[in-house]
Amino acid sequence: MIDRSTRAARPTRSLLEPAILRTAVIDAAKKLHPRDMVHNPVMFVVEIGAVLTSIVWIVQAFGGSISGAGRDPAWYTLTVAIWLWLTVLFGNFAEAIAEGRGRAQAATLRAMRRDTVARLRDGGEKPAAELAPGDLVVVDAGETIPGDGTVVEGIASVDESAITGESAPVIREAGGDRSAVTGGTRVLSDHIVVEITQKPGESFLDRMIALVEGAARRKTPNEIALGILLAGLTLIFLLVIVALRPFADYAGTTTSLATLISLLVALIPTTIGALLSAIGIAGMDRLVRRNVLALSGRAVEASGDVDVLLLDKTGTITLGNRQASEFVAMPGVTMQELAEAAQLSSLADETPEGRSIVVLAKQQAGLRGRELAPHEARFVPFTAQTRMSGVDFDGTRLRKGAGDAIERWIVEEGGVNPPELRVEMDRIARDGGTPLAVARDNQALGVVHLQDIVKEGMRDRFDHLRAMGIRTVMVTGDNPLTAARIAQEAGVDDFLAQATPEAKLALIKEQQATGRMVAMTGDGTNDAPALAQADVGVAMNTGTQAAREAGNMVDLDSNPTKLIEIVEVGKQLLITRGALTTFSIANDVAKYFAILPAIFAATYAASGHATGPLDKLNIMSLGSPRSAIISAIVFNAIVIPMLVPLALRGVRYRPVGASALLRRNLLIYGLGGLIAPFAGIRLIDLIVHNLLGA
Amino acid sequence: MTVQGSIQIVLLLAVLTAAAPLLGGYMARVFDGGTMRLTRVLGPVERGFYRVIRVDARQEQDWKAYARSLLVFSLLSWLALFLILRTQSVHPFNPSGFSAAPWDVTFNTSSSFVTNTNWQYYAGETTLSNFSQMAGLAVQNFLSAAVGIAVVVAVIRGISARSAKTLGNFWADMTRTVLYVLLPIAFVASIFFISQGMVQSLSPAKAFTSLEGVKQLITLGPVASQEAIKLLGTNGGGFFNVNSAMPFENPSGLTDFVSMFLLLLIPVSLPITFGRMVGARRQGWAIYGAMMIMLVVAIGIVYAAEGHGSVAQHLAGVNGGNFEGKETRFGIPSSSLFAAVTTVTSTGAVNAAMESLTGIGGAVPMANMMSGEVIFGGVGSGLYSMLLFVILAVFIAGLMVGRTPEFLGKKIAAREIKLTMVGTLATPLLILIASGIAIATTYGRRSIFNAGPQGFSETLYAYTSQANNNGSAFAGYTGFVQPNAPGNHGAFGITFADLLGGGTMMLARYLPILAVLAVAGALAGRRVSPAGPGTMRTDNGTFVVMLIGVILLVALLTFVPALLLGPIVQGLTNQVF
Repeated sequence: MIDRSTRAARPTRSLLEPAILRTAVIDAAKKLHPRDMVHNPVMFVVEIGAVLTSIVWIVQAFGGSISGAGRDPAWYTLTVAIWLWLTVLFGNFAEAIAEGRGRAQAATLRAMRRDTVARLRDGGEKPAAELAPGDLVVVDAGETIPGDGTVVEGIASVDESAITGESAPVIREAGGDRSAVTGGTRVLSDHIVVEITQKPGESFLDRMIALVEGAARRKTPNEIALGILLAGLTLIFLLVIVALRPFADYAGTTTSLATLISLLVALIPTTIGALLSAIGIAGMDRLVRRNVLALSGRAVEASGDVDVLLLDKTGTITLGNRQASEFVAMPGVTMQELAEAAQLSSLADETPEGRSIVVLAKQQAGLRGRELAPHEARFVPFTAQTRMSGVDFDGTRLRKGAGDAIERWIVEEGGVNPPELRVEMDRIARDGGTPLAVARDNQALGVVHLQDIVKEGMRDRFDHLRAMGIRTVMVTGDNPLTAARIAQEAGVDDFLAQATPEAKLALIKEQQATGRMVAMTGDGTNDAPALAQADVGVAMNTGTQAAREAGNMVDLDSNPTKLIEIVEVGKQLLITRGALTTFSIANDVAKYFAILPAIFAATYAASGHATGPLDKLNIMSLGSPRSAIISAIVFNAIVIPMLVPLALRGVRYRPVGASALLRRNLLIYGLGGLIAPFAGIRLIDLIVHNLLGA
Repeated sequence: MTVQGSIQIVLLLAVLTAAAPLLGGYMARVFDGGTMRLTRVLGPVERGFYRVIRVDARQEQDWKAYARSLLVFSLLSWLALFLILRTQSVHPFNPSGFSAAPWDVTFNTSSSFVTNTNWQYYAGETTLSNFSQMAGLAVQNFLSAAVGIAVVVAVIRGISARSAKTLGNFWADMTRTVLYVLLPIAFVASIFFISQGMVQSLSPAKAFTSLEGVKQLITLGPVASQEAIKLLGTNGGGFFNVNSAMPFENPSGLTDFVSMFLLLLIPVSLPITFGRMVGARRQGWAIYGAMMIMLVVAIGIVYAAEGHGSVAQHLAGVNGGNFEGKETRFGIPSSSLFAAVTTVTSTGAVNAAMESLTGIGGAVPMANMMSGEVIFGGVGSGLYSMLLFVILAVFIAGLMVGRTPEFLGKKIAAREIKLTMVGTLATPLLILIASGIAIATTYGRRSIFNAGPQGFSETLYAYTSQANNNGSAFAGYTGFVQPNAPGNHGAFGITFADLLGGGTMMLARYLPILAVLAVAGALAGRRVSPAGPGTMRTDNGTFVVMLIGVILLVALLTFVPALLLGPIVQGLTNQVF
């Protein structure tokens, strides 16, 4: 077993690492190409404005003038042009930082994707890049596994640290739920044969690199919707400015091109427009840093919408290993008989429960672990359908398993279940334990009491989830009584007892039919249908290839409680977008108060007065019309880099109800967005006007 | 502000708040196809009418079919009205022998009445025959109002539909609206108005000699019957040029009060109808609340501004409130109240001269319209426009609670946002384009009467009013020049203003209608997620604040520069323009 507390964490990067910043500066400039800018209508408008203002300045610098551009001093036009360019660059810079952080991660991954040559089992060699599904390759100790696949022969310890950051090796073996191997990982011991399951160029590693680099990034549905909203606002403000020229002309006020463009840029939602894609990339990145790979951005968004969490009891809600604590023999059966049967049937059972039975039998009945000669014994493995396991030897058949499964077995074998069996099992179940019935042929021998221990702090987490509006459903193979007891102890909202894969799938479909979004984790092949059906299906990296294909996220730590963090990241992503949109739109009020009185300061002035009635609206008492306009666009520009950390980190999510959350965010980003620019613009004006004399 | 004035305002709003659930509930039954007491009388009429027009009222239409029916119907209405007005001279009931108005004015008038705008470049008593008023305009007053209501009913069905992809049947909705809602209320209101002394006559104008010895003609006509639907259907087109300031059209303080009640009646009731039909009554009241808060603020500002008068007036030695352009019968409170309620609802009837309001007082009617006519708004159109803003608010606010935004359990996706943007931005875009062109060109400036900011306001108001299908006029903006010749000979239209205005009204009416029907079509049948603590509530105070904020920031903010150069500059100056 891997002790999670000692595992090496993936190196965490500081939010703004110098190396990433340096590259980002260069990338920001490269992104000025219209080909890139056109994807972001808001910032593209700013860029066009910057180009036009620059042209006006160049003409002015050579002593010329363009009709309709107004008669500003060259220094003013230049200042406006510079800050417009900076606005665009700041936006590009934000995106470049977010991408840069992903790219740094991708570089680490790429370094280990060495070009290996695969040895085919049927002889011959093939470059790893050309492997096709169905190829059988041989991997020995010390070699790198050439591609994703399933172990079909052998068992080996594999170092997966390159992908998971986990330094301890893991066991991979043919058959069962631990058969999946990932290309790029290294076999440490033994020899395995792997059947390749990936298509060339579509390995897990390839997808992971593409993902963190942002190459595979498509705009998510919600991002597209928000983009439309922002483009619409940009269009209407463009018209506002275009119409303002004739309006101002009618009022006898000349407006310069630089000033009108400044007003336009101040009004369109540049703050969110500049940070929108950075927020999306950073959201993915936050998941990657939690060792979760979202195979689509859609899934990340969906995780914020989850209404129901299906959590496996074992390993998630309770400690993974249940311990056998008691043997209860049926009348006429000695304790010795029961303990011996339980021990024999558990010999091949490598689960912690199985081992704990062997240990208990040794302690209570003084039985030493015995070896059964392989030729005379046939072990019957546990399956999700039969829900029991056991051993056949010398014509005797021993079975242990879920109570109802054993009862059915006894009846099928022609025996009779003693009433005490049900009584004892119910008693154990009511106490929150798991009863395992033990049978020899058609005779019930007794019950093994397995004790389940609920993890610490789970109740708190479920309370948090409930406050977030998420219901938790515990899924367990236990009988309803045990399940109810543990559900109560852990504080989950509901439980699904005696769960089969089919029941799990049915539960998901049922929830979805009522309009709820369902998230679940899973690792086994039989989880695959449910993982595929769930809106958010998180596959454990230790799971089978089928499970990893079915889910839309993979948790490299294989930690089922991670689902809670994933939901938070999804919510954070949406909240950050909404908060910055609100902030951006609310800013407009202050910008109007800065720029409009500046443009129309002298409009309709009574004869002999320098200023007209609209100068009264200069409530910030900005120094001069030009310094007012410059201050507004400077504020508009520098607010972008100031908010980059927030965009990358995400607005803090608090698990309180939706109403409280909305009130809080409205106050901070709505009201704050209304007030902050008044202070900011006034402050900048102090520097621009009082110090620099504009 | 006086106590008496404030009591009148509070009384009006209180009576409306009491009436809203009654009519709102009744309309919900009408549109859910239920039976009312009236069904016994009008049921056979309804069924007979379906047989005549060969429509199966139970045939459900998806949004495209619904929109197609609506457009075909509107086109036919437009053609019929245009024809009636252009051939006025051959029709009966033309005691003054008016010839038809020029084609461009008729284009404007037809567009105006079919779109529920009732913008009037003409003066009724010197242009139109009684036949044109009755068979042309009054009919459209009913039909255009019914179209607005039909659209909002279809939209409500789309929002609430859990499995159906259809929005109802346009022809059935039209018929039921006219038969069960508009006709009965208009009938009762007409009788009441006649009892209060409003004119209802087909006699020719009466000639008399005034005390000063001047010969005058007093026009009579079927006023009361047209007045009721003019108000009830938020149409606003007066029989007389001075509209509800005319004693024949608004005889007393009581009829004035009832007029305001009527023009708000359906718009205040529809949010309640919405709440009932979607099965979320609180939601209906939340929307009602947002509208009411904005209305109260609007009334308060106009009343305060008019009661206080302007700086320029005070300097000129006129103290006290602003009485310019007001009917002394009604005074400042009633005129302020009327100015506010006629512009929040897209009625456009007036009992005082909008042009004579103070700068700030005049800014409010403009701002009311610029907010997109969502403060109760026109019959039907007010609520469907408001629902588009609700979707926008839900989208922005919904993000802030960390879930894909949803309204009444239905997720708001890219397609809805796109259509919502088309629906909410079409009108502001048209206002900016039309008034920009009108102010920039010499053709446009020919219509302007005054100079300076007042002239600018005239233009801005004209296109804001037409684009929002309001129809109230600031006065001073001309599209029709009439000499005093008998039979209106020699009159001509200002083609530019007539066509630009007519086109604006049509686009601003039908683009949002198409957009909102498409939104309803997209939402119809969408899966409904159950509400939980993580779902954002859209029926509480926080959301109401958010909704008002979105309307102010997205709609009104667009017009701040324009408002500054018109009414606000006048409100801040002591100069007289």
